[in-house]
Amino acid sequence: MLDIQNLECTRGDRTLIRDLSFRLTAGELLHITGRNGSGKTTLMRTICGLTLPNGGEVRWDDMPIRRLGEDYRRELAYVGHTHGFHGELTTVENLRIHACLSSGQASVIETVLERLGLAPQARLPAKLLSQGQKRRLSLARLLVTDRRLWILDEPFTALDVSSVRLVNDLILAQLARGGMVILTSHQELGLDYDRRTVLDLDR
Amino acid sequence: MGLLNATLCQIRRDLTVALRRVHDTLTPVIFFAIVVSLFPLAVGPDKAMLAALAPGVVWVAALLATLLSLNRMFADDYADGSLEQLILAPQPLAVMVLAKVIAHWLLSGLPLVLISPLLALQLHLPESAYGALLASLALGTPVLSLLGAVGAALTLGLRGGGVLVSTLVLPLYTPVLIFGAGAVAQAASGQSIEAHLSLLAAFLVMALTLTPVATAAALRVSLD
Repeated sequence: MLDIQNLECTRGDRTLIRDLSFRLTAGELLHITGRNGSGKTTLMRTICGLTLPNGGEVRWDDMPIRRLGEDYRRELAYVGHTHGFHGELTTVENLRIHACLSSGQASVIETVLERLGLAPQARLPAKLLSQGQKRRLSLARLLVTDRRLWILDEPFTALDVSSVRLVNDLILAQLARGGMVILTSHQELGLDYDRRTVLDLDR
Repeated sequence: MGLLNATLCQIRRDLTVALRRVHDTLTPVIFFAIVVSLFPLAVGPDKAMLAALAPGVVWVAALLATLLSLNRMFADDYADGSLEQLILAPQPLAVMVLAKVIAHWLLSGLPLVLISPLLALQLHLPESAYGALLASLALGTPVLSLLGAVGAALTLGLRGGGVLVSTLVLPLYTPVLIFGAGAVAQAASGQSIEAHLSLLAAFLVMALTLTPVATAAALRVSLD
């Protein structure tokens, strides 16, 4: 269970988020909305533990994430704005390294690539992939590891219609097995899911 | 077991990337060779003079070549987001940093050690000093990589980071330079180099223990 308590985040000298509290339990989806610069990415990075909050606390299973350290990172998968893989390495190599560093399963990589439609590009250096394919490769990381909390920053950018549907299916599957998903998106979510909360940072 | 595996994975990854970008990887080594080769041309073919200069010249060139290679250590991973993922990986960041530094040394430190005798030949370094040259560089260049990692991590994503790294790191390099070049000079004049090498080894042990933690902390700050 993720518990955000009185969170305050600033960027430079601008306070983006003030006194934000919410709770996310198994099988819940949180959709963060807000205009550009409203602090969506900052909030997500704070929840990941990449950015330190100026006030308040992020807690996981009733423990502050700072104290949990590696144990928290073992529960978490983050897909950010940057792709998070190296262009000189091939698609497969990138996933294999991710599996190794994140104690994921290297055995599922072929299946994951198949599922995300990247199998033909498996031996291609990642720098040659198109924007949409790069995005799918970033998302493929989610399936190589088996994490309870997914944090996805704009997962739908550069994706075509069928890929958007695919990512929606992945998110639903994650929620169905008791996982949690936090995501930002400017598009209307095509997700039909009843345990979904919308958090609007403009308000 | 998982940690050792992850460390080896990280080293292998950095080596693979470097092998696919040979021109980048070779730049510091070529720079080292060129700088050292310039001295006989500038100073003239006076054997005694060159031999006296040799320890200092080789060591200063090795130092500058390492400096040149520092910005490569984290810059790519920072730009493409791999560093973010590394910080979020369930492994101690200091150990992963150490893996990256080891890969960096294998690619830019070790080649310097290996070609240094060839370059010392141009400078007419006395035969008795070759062992000291190899030993001092083998002990000293890892310290340069380890200390440099802290500087590279602190200046990550800053404009003009290259100049800043030099200002941050060069003062820390001076003890290594003094005892490294000192060892070679001592050996050339036929004296014992045990004290110098022991000190360099002590520097190495200290850097191995402290700098990965400092670098990890610096990386977290840079990515905040």
